[in-house]
Amino acid sequence: MTDFADFTWTHQNAAEAERLIGLYPPGRQASAVMPLLWLAQYQVRDMTGVAWLPVPVIEFVANQIGMPYIRAYEVASFYTMYNLKPIGRFHVQVCGTTPCMLRGSDDIMKACKDKGMKKGATTADGLFTLTEVECLGACANAPMVQINDHNYEDLSYDSMSAILDMLARGEEPKVGSQIGRTASCPEGGPTTCKEMV
Amino acid sequence: MLADKDRIFTNLYGFQPWTLDAAKKRGDWADTKELMSIGPDALIDAVKASGLRGRGGAGFPTGMKWSFMPKTPNPDRPSYLVINADESEPGSCKDREIIRHDPHKLIEGALIAGFAMRARAAFIYIRGEYIAEAKVLMAAVEEAYAAGLIGKNACGTGYDFDVVVHRGGGAYICGEETAMIESLEGKKGQPRLKPPFPAGAGLYGNPTTVNNVESIAVVPTILRRGPEWFAAIGRPKNEGTKLFQISGHVNKPCVVEEAMSIPFRELIEAHCGGIRGGWDNLLAVIPGGSSVPLVPAHQIIDAPMDFDALRDLKSGLGTAAVIVMDKSTDIVRAIARLSYFYKHESCGQCTPCREGTGWMWRVMERLVTGDAEPHEIDMLLEVTTQVEGHTICALGDAAAWPIQGLIRHFRPEIEARIAKRKGFVQVPAMGIAAE
Repeated sequence: MTDFADFTWTHQNAAEAERLIGLYPPGRQASAVMPLLWLAQYQVRDMTGVAWLPVPVIEFVANQIGMPYIRAYEVASFYTMYNLKPIGRFHVQVCGTTPCMLRGSDDIMKACKDKGMKKGATTADGLFTLTEVECLGACANAPMVQINDHNYEDLSYDSMSAILDMLARGEEPKVGSQIGRTASCPEGGPTTCKEMV
Repeated sequence: MLADKDRIFTNLYGFQPWTLDAAKKRGDWADTKELMSIGPDALIDAVKASGLRGRGGAGFPTGMKWSFMPKTPNPDRPSYLVINADESEPGSCKDREIIRHDPHKLIEGALIAGFAMRARAAFIYIRGEYIAEAKVLMAAVEEAYAAGLIGKNACGTGYDFDVVVHRGGGAYICGEETAMIESLEGKKGQPRLKPPFPAGAGLYGNPTTVNNVESIAVVPTILRRGPEWFAAIGRPKNEGTKLFQISGHVNKPCVVEEAMSIPFRELIEAHCGGIRGGWDNLLAVIPGGSSVPLVPAHQIIDAPMDFDALRDLKSGLGTAAVIVMDKSTDIVRAIARLSYFYKHESCGQCTPCREGTGWMWRVMERLVTGDAEPHEIDMLLEVTTQVEGHTICALGDAAAWPIQGLIRHFRPEIEARIAKRKGFVQVPAMGIAAE
């Protein structure tokens, strides 16, 4: 485990942090706490392969914008996408809310469990963390998962299993619809603006 | 069915690139300076005349909302436009398509709307889970700055206007306008008590208007084609075009732009390939996202899909997120899952919501299996009315309404489950006795 006590921005991220703070009016640098926590979580991922926010990193961000640590921690703990504990290399976030449930998210969850994952836990090899999440806003392409920065949509038990296998082998599965749809266009082609295709 | 020539979002699915060049070919940024030359008050009047009602769920007239902003802003308290791209209402997935496939409509709309309400800058608050979408939007904003369309002397109008994209972190509550403002200020997203309303004291205590992505993105086209064009589509007081998002048990789920007030049956037949298993297999529809009560099949089939018609059915158009459920649906579980959603997303500020959402969810889970007493149905109904209207924001209401809709229309189903379970308990007992 890396020691985060002397965490500091990379050269590139230091400039990016200044840019982010500059987006908000003078004296309102507290507004940058969320963008900076994002930047920090990505940097920790680049450093260690795992996206999360250790306490010294939150302290570092708080110091930069002159915010008490507890206020920054409050923000980091309120928003679910900041990970306060280390997670697996791949964060498998299965949407289980009603629109996905109606289209078979139970099968998607089963595909994950059949690979040895448990809800809210990381696999022993540190590869996968499984979370059931609330609506991710891709309901016309349900059921879906978000794994790290990518959505996989229009899933079935088989396509989900295949995606997990590919990730475990270090391959990059195709992002987006798994049945060849273009975004949220009806399956088989658009019913509108057909000449724009 | 809406004619293709009347569609605003011609690149809804991203068959064309989202970039500035391609957006210009689709007509965006064509004559923005001329559109703005009529001045802020005339712009607000034009939006009022178009009949545009807010596309984020509440349906408040957009032009009127803008008119609440100060006409002569105090230089020490600049006004702000906040654009709500925190699309998190279960069933909703329209703003995502605008952002990733037509971001320049949104940015151009931000400039015009911001100018009309005399705002200094727009903050676009995009939900944290829209990672790829945020990248596109940030790149589009950079393109617009580089081309002089926004920033100093935007579009050569002499008006300075900044656009900032701010990513959320996974909290449904930030879609509530004052929670969004809190979050933008670098705090937990917990709603503020109103009044003061944001138009008086919003972001950084300054006058602020919060609008949905779709409300802003349609504005340039409305101005180009004239408010009367937009107002001629749909029924009176429900004018315009609307992005419908159809999910659940239709043959081809999709997002599609249609005329307001299109009958439900026509919407599903024209774009979604019909109901899975045919029209006789339709059980119920949640017509406006998870927060609105469900409507049973026979009431929705020929209903116009608009604000007023769905309100008359004791539901609502909401964000036009149409969740379709056929007869294979475990309707009690479908609503119980929404109760879990609200329990998960309650920000914890108000006691009726913090405690009530968990309590309601736990009872709903027992109703799914029938592990309850018949009088608990009325007790649950009673608790929903104690949560509803007793919280700072509408999340408490949103948690109560789906349950109320379920009990209103499917009470016999819940009662049957309780009765079946009570009977079921006796069956093995008798079986053991027979052995």
